[in-house]
Amino acid sequence: MRHVLSALVQNQPGVLAHVAGMFHTRGFNIDSLAVGETERHDLSRMTFVVHGDEAQVAQIRKQLDKIITVVQVVDISSEDFVERDLMLIKVCCPAEKRAEIALLVETFRGRTVDIQHDNVIVEVSGTEGKVESFIDLMRPYGILELARTGRIALVRGHTKGIAE
Amino acid sequence: MGESTTATTPDTLMNGADILVQSLVRQGVEVVFAYPGGASMPIHQSLTKTNQIRTILPRQEQGGGFMAHGYARTTGKVGVCMSTSGPGATNFVTILADAKMDSVPVIAITGQVSTPVIGTDAFQETPIIEVCRAITKHHYLVTRTEDLPRVMKEAFHIATTGRPGPVIIDVPKDVQIRKIVPDWDAPMNLPGYKPLRKAPRTELQPILDAIRASKKPFIYAGGGVIHSGAAPYLKEFAEKLGIPVGLTLLGIGGFPSDHYLCLQMLGMHGTVYSNYAINDADLLLAFGVRFDDRVTGKLSEFAKHGKIVHIDIDSSEINKNKFAHVPVHGDLKEALADLCVMLHEDDSADLVGGGRYPDWMRQIDTWRESDPMRCPELPDAILPQYAIKRLHELLRERGLLDNTIVSTGVGQHQMWSAQFFPFNQPRHWITSGGLGTMGFGLPAAMGAKVAHPDKLCIDIDGDGSFLMNIQELACCHAEKIAPKVLLLNNQHLGMVTQWEDRFFAGNRAHTYLGAGPDADPYPDFVTIAKGFGLPARKISDKNDLDDALIEMIESDAAFVLDVHVPHQEHVLPMIPSGMTVKDIIKA
Repeated sequence: MRHVLSALVQNQPGVLAHVAGMFHTRGFNIDSLAVGETERHDLSRMTFVVHGDEAQVAQIRKQLDKIITVVQVVDISSEDFVERDLMLIKVCCPAEKRAEIALLVETFRGRTVDIQHDNVIVEVSGTEGKVESFIDLMRPYGILELARTGRIALVRGHTKGIAE
Repeated sequence: MGESTTATTPDTLMNGADILVQSLVRQGVEVVFAYPGGASMPIHQSLTKTNQIRTILPRQEQGGGFMAHGYARTTGKVGVCMSTSGPGATNFVTILADAKMDSVPVIAITGQVSTPVIGTDAFQETPIIEVCRAITKHHYLVTRTEDLPRVMKEAFHIATTGRPGPVIIDVPKDVQIRKIVPDWDAPMNLPGYKPLRKAPRTELQPILDAIRASKKPFIYAGGGVIHSGAAPYLKEFAEKLGIPVGLTLLGIGGFPSDHYLCLQMLGMHGTVYSNYAINDADLLLAFGVRFDDRVTGKLSEFAKHGKIVHIDIDSSEINKNKFAHVPVHGDLKEALADLCVMLHEDDSADLVGGGRYPDWMRQIDTWRESDPMRCPELPDAILPQYAIKRLHELLRERGLLDNTIVSTGVGQHQMWSAQFFPFNQPRHWITSGGLGTMGFGLPAAMGAKVAHPDKLCIDIDGDGSFLMNIQELACCHAEKIAPKVLLLNNQHLGMVTQWEDRFFAGNRAHTYLGAGPDADPYPDFVTIAKGFGLPARKISDKNDLDDALIEMIESDAAFVLDVHVPHQEHVLPMIPSGMTVKDIIKA
């Protein structure tokens, strides 16, 4: 089963290496990991997508929590949350295909952010499934390069803040 | 006070090394085990300026690290060791991993190359924090002198609270040298560290309900009993309810071995009856344990007949290896103390009446009688088990048992010590359990002796293990530290030869340590000890054993008693790795 874990960590050197090392040494796999600063300069948020049964994910959560610089870990999978993945995708696009691709981009509520003679860069964000559907649609045209942020997520509404 | 490291008028400029040493003084540190080098020289200079800290110079950093273990494991206080950068620091890797596995509060302070050259592969530069992340409870690379008071405070707090563990503090040389006005009141910044938890009574009540429903309860007690100081409450709890207790290797001393309810050690080389009992129990009360494979054998078969109650301060241990029907995250001492209070109350009257488990105890007594621990003996040779038993008996006759701390190396002699040298109180038995580090015994006994100068500290060792940190005999001599070494010298890596005998048709694969079949036992440990300036004696005649043990016990200085023993003995009983109690080899 797929779980999204959201962790607040102290914004210090070495925290990412520590967290990543823990996953590796304990034999847990990460499907996706995104890290970024939060509204507080001393805290970063790490969002993990992991697969496992309840017991495995509980163990991952507890091992994360045990790391001293990890302030809070929540398995938000069972909550009502918004999840996004941002992708930049560079696709072969000769002039005669531009209209066709533009239609797909519009359908996916993406944006064309760069146009060259023979290729375009498109920005698409959304859930993992949506982003992957778009990738599949682009394959026939020829994908030149692709970059994704990894999944980020927040729970809707008021959530329990971190203990000061 | 009147010395430079403690002269802390508000505006005094201090260098980082003085701040570090002053932090140690403020934390109540009385001894550090420190080996100097280029990147830690300023700290050593500061150490010479205080008379509040004794600095002991080991002969290799690992020796100093295990001295810190001996100090910490016998006191519960932080053991502090120091080294320089690079090779000095990497010599701490084993002692840190060992402290992580056995939950020992050790702080290792390492020198580091100066901050401007970090990352340039400078002389004696090792990214020791990168190396040690997974084998420490926490780690610091101090990049600003201003951070030192806070970091030192945090390190001691982290090492000793919750589940204890090792912390490494890497201090670049320029951070040691730079002068600042320290802020001693800088607060700790640990928003994610919440080590303390007291389980509420609502979480403890299900334990009593489970006991009420049980006919065959069993207490599986580990190192957590000792770390949390729960031993008196465990005794009260077990006695009130009449529940038998089995101990892990690190739990030894957490419950008196001479108690009727004590079934001694569990697991691979535990007693037959404790393993039968844990296998047959319908309720397993797991207190401060981690379901280690040396106890459980095959996990799926372990304690499968019963419910499991698991109390631990480290919530990640709960459900890690074995599902707990009643999981309790909290301090074991507090939980057992509260459970004892609850047992006094009226609605527990049915539990504490006594004699709740007559059939169960009768069954256990039958097992105890049919398969007791037997100490083998030969007429014409000193068997290692027998030597340990005689040591114990001689100490008992002299009324010295309560005043004796035992450490060990790793292997057969370690298991025999656990089997044949019983303990009745915590922190008198120290051994490298989780990591199983050979070479632990001598320096650990030295650290114990430094912490308890009035106690007899005996390293029961094997010739393989002893040789791994034998250089510390020099430290014994120079620092006048007087541990005793009972060396059970069988010229082999005994435990590995035992496995060769059992699982590899006796083929010897680099497990012989001697100089050849016709040579005298090698090396000559008596000559070595004498070279280090210490008294020593070797014996091989059984008639000399008592006399030699008494000479060792009564020696004022450190003493090496080299006892030549046959190598054919096996540690029994034995549940082979990954198997079950049904596969137990009794004799």
